[in-house]
Amino acid sequence: MILQKMKTISRRQAMSLLGAASVTIAMPSSVFASAQTVSGRIADITSGAEMRDIDIYLDMPDIAENGNQVKVAFEIDSPMTPEDHITTVYILADGNPEPDVARFDFTPAMGVCSATTRMRLSKTQNVMVLAALNDGSFAKAETTVKVTIGGCGG
Amino acid sequence: MSKVKARVKVPKQAAIDEVIEIKTLISHPMHSGRGIDGDGNIVPRNIINKFQASFNGTPFFTMDLKPSVSSNPFLIFPFKVTEAGKFDFVWTEDGGQQYTASKKINIA
Repeated sequence: MILQKMKTISRRQAMSLLGAASVTIAMPSSVFASAQTVSGRIADITSGAEMRDIDIYLDMPDIAENGNQVKVAFEIDSPMTPEDHITTVYILADGNPEPDVARFDFTPAMGVCSATTRMRLSKTQNVMVLAALNDGSFAKAETTVKVTIGGCGG
Repeated sequence: MSKVKARVKVPKQAAIDEVIEIKTLISHPMHSGRGIDGDGNIVPRNIINKFQASFNGTPFFTMDLKPSVSSNPFLIFPFKVTEAGKFDFVWTEDGGQQYTASKKINIA
């Protein structure tokens, strides 16, 4: 992240800047994904398929001091055999500019369904893991991460 | 742009049916298209958008990355070893540029 140089400004400039800022504050709902767009995304992916109750272990911090590098790890309870395995895992975040963070395609050759990566979170929000099984059903897990400093290039 | 460097950590050997952990890291800024440079201009989007891992020529794991993935994408994933062989890893950048790495594994 590159910070812009601060310069001294007059009171008049400050007031006009404040005016401009209030306009930007008034419209963030169009900029960021919301809980609705995430549930819409889930509806898109699952298209009404059955949700199963499968153990999904999420390893994420409760509080992320730096939203630029937030660890996200998951392990999903699955035998990972050709007959019964996880095919795809989606990570979705409801407070980022777009809900999709990453998509993982698994195969039975991996033996275990798990992965670890790092993601950006622009603000405090819910992170969801949605898993697709080879029989067409889905499972999901969700957690809330508090973000102290947002990681959105701003 | 600084040089993109891909690094992979795979155990040198493993037992048959052992599940190993593969760690990958690629140095990449992952410009989301929302960042601002020193002159106040928007930095155009440029991210690694795909990663694929193959063993002896057969792909077994794929990740699609979006701008919400952190810079220098880091990834850990498992693989169940059934025979000795070679892993190939391919990262694809916006615009189609590819970065590769490969590692061999023996049976203990």
